[in-house]
Amino acid sequence: MSAIESISFDHSELLRFITAGSVDDGKSTLIGRLLHDSKSIFEDQLSAITHTSQRRGFEAVDLSLLTDGLQAEREQGITIDVAYRYFATPKRKFIIADTPGHEQYTRNMVTGASTANLAIILIDARKGVLTQSRRHAYLASLVGIPHLVVAVNKMDLVDYSRDVFERICEEFHVFAAGLHLKNIAYIPMSALNGDMVVERGDKLDWYDGMTLMDLLENVPVDHDINLEDFRFPVQLVCRPQTEELRDFRGYMGRIESGSIRVGDSVQVLPSGLTSRIKEIVTYEGNVDEAIAPQSVTLAIEDHLDISRGDMLVKIAQIPQVTKEFNAMLCWLSDQNLDPRRKYLIKHTTRTVKAMVSRIDYRLDINSLNHEPAETLKMNDIGRVSLKVHQPLVWDSYHRNHATGSFIVIDEANNNTIAAGMICAAKDQAGSCD
Amino acid sequence: MNTMLNDMEELVTPAPGVVVKTEPVVIKRPVARHFGHLDALESEAIHIMREVAAECANPTLLFSGGKDSIVLLRLAEKAFRPGRFPFPLMHIDTGHNFPEVIEFRDRRVKQLGERLIVRSMEDSIRQGRVVLRSENQSRNPFQSVTLLDAIAEFQFDACIGGARRDEEKARAKERIFSFRDEFGQWDPKNQRPELWDIYNTRVHPGENIRVFPISNWTELDVWEYIAREELEVPHIYFAHKRDVIRRGTGLLPLSHLVQPTEGEKVENLMVRFRTVGDMSCTCPVESPAASVGEIIAETAITRITERGATRMDDQTSEASMERRKKEGYF
Repeated sequence: MSAIESISFDHSELLRFITAGSVDDGKSTLIGRLLHDSKSIFEDQLSAITHTSQRRGFEAVDLSLLTDGLQAEREQGITIDVAYRYFATPKRKFIIADTPGHEQYTRNMVTGASTANLAIILIDARKGVLTQSRRHAYLASLVGIPHLVVAVNKMDLVDYSRDVFERICEEFHVFAAGLHLKNIAYIPMSALNGDMVVERGDKLDWYDGMTLMDLLENVPVDHDINLEDFRFPVQLVCRPQTEELRDFRGYMGRIESGSIRVGDSVQVLPSGLTSRIKEIVTYEGNVDEAIAPQSVTLAIEDHLDISRGDMLVKIAQIPQVTKEFNAMLCWLSDQNLDPRRKYLIKHTTRTVKAMVSRIDYRLDINSLNHEPAETLKMNDIGRVSLKVHQPLVWDSYHRNHATGSFIVIDEANNNTIAAGMICAAKDQAGSCD
Repeated sequence: MNTMLNDMEELVTPAPGVVVKTEPVVIKRPVARHFGHLDALESEAIHIMREVAAECANPTLLFSGGKDSIVLLRLAEKAFRPGRFPFPLMHIDTGHNFPEVIEFRDRRVKQLGERLIVRSMEDSIRQGRVVLRSENQSRNPFQSVTLLDAIAEFQFDACIGGARRDEEKARAKERIFSFRDEFGQWDPKNQRPELWDIYNTRVHPGENIRVFPISNWTELDVWEYIAREELEVPHIYFAHKRDVIRRGTGLLPLSHLVQPTEGEKVENLMVRFRTVGDMSCTCPVESPAASVGEIIAETAITRITERGATRMDDQTSEASMERRKKEGYF
């Protein structure tokens, strides 16, 4: 079976990325180009968009049509919400969260960014770093995306000028210095002509960095989660009560960060009770050690009262357990934040009642200035002080995304109305933005 | 240090020795252990299924005997063994299924020792809930009626299904936890934002959630997983000789539902099915792939989408899936 060996995807890694751009930055064209040049477009898809391009009177095939999803969008010529695309190379499997750049950009980009390892920010070479580019960079920083690519697109329209590219890089670099962005790569490209996307092309010889595809295939993803602190929110308690497993009691969940071995001492939070790991059970059999992000079942030595919403941690790596904390909120609903109301917060596997005791500030996303605010509206970002009914077991979002993030739910209509990132305990200074 | 101590008083101290960490994050590399894309997708799906089991009052898992739902069953085993599945399985039987698939379905359920509910479109037709134009018409679009009736009958608040986002444009925009109103309808413009992997499972009585644990899998991922887990699938997925008729751009399997019309001739070709659905509209593709390995090799280089090649009902208009989903199709 040599055919299979030559195209083995078995050991490829998964990279999730997001594309952010303003209207007309060529985002759809870039995604179309990535899919097309990596041979991920199927013939029937290509023939469908070829027909549509002809019908609309375009000379070439409009690759952006590939990412136009729903009938409603096609009629209005807009993109609604987040769409997910998939492609693979022999090295990696990719998931693109494609988010539109218009009015709802904050809501959509935060949603797409929350699971991304990497963000591509598109900049039109003719226009340079715009207010929108700054917003996108800020949001990538807020959500803590580990890798950022600044794609300076439409280089064909500025004669592939090195000066233009370098000026834009410099401007972006200065702005980004104030943010929490660790790894930034700059790539000049023409998505329309395919230069520096998958192929290098022959117009950008002065650029000796990686093509976008090289970068996507090689950027390290294995240390994007916190591998230090063991965090195991209990999802379910397994008590089969069958003949042979009468006394078995297993705690089912996913290791959100860190690792665990049989024999390790663990603490159950918020109760504070301690025990040792007796067994790590998987469908394939028991194992000695497990690591994030594996889903496993843990059995412990002692008979303790543990249920969903509790968290197992290692004794030397205790998180915070509080009823009050500060968080950045990104408001996602068209109903404004009402500080008089009680909301629900879902954090790890725990859902609790919550109140906003204070809005510390609203952030002007264009100037990054802090402004006093009485409420938060759709697409607003602000820092709030929260008080919850039952203690939460948390780390700062900066330290651990899995135990520092939460959603806010409106109990009246069950909608998800805000995304939250915990900064610090109450009154403790903590940088979030 | 003083401010930190003050802050400690705000903590609900779980036990002596709480440490407030302020030092920068130091990340140690783990012991070399490969965690590939199938492992990542599997862990995500198990996490999703456990969230359903923990938070939904009365869920079910839709099992058709097709490859995607076969994968779901293995994921459910991984999520819930050594316990039993915390939900029954359910099949919406169009009455136009391939007999091999039904035989496989029943055998697999028996192996697992789990409960299967079958609700059939024949009943919906008899009760006058579904009116077909002709006996041989594709029944796929009408599955929604039977499905919604079954959801009401058992008061299911969550249905786990094997749909994937790579299948179709409308699916690409759907959430993993996809909310349906009391009419079972999907509103693509008004979906709940889905952040990180914190899922909002809340519904009011009469509403329900469709949950798609393998949303992020592609057709190739499914076959690679079937190979890795050595899962059995119905024989019609593998190359076999079959009488077919060329109609439009596809092949249709000859059966009591599909007979040649004037000018059409019956051919005996080596074919396999990429999807198994309603016999009247599920088209096989010409292929010599007779094993899972050969299917993977063929899928990795195939140039036609799964639904483009195999579903006549999705080709009727660019928006067919979107329309059906709005009407309650899963």
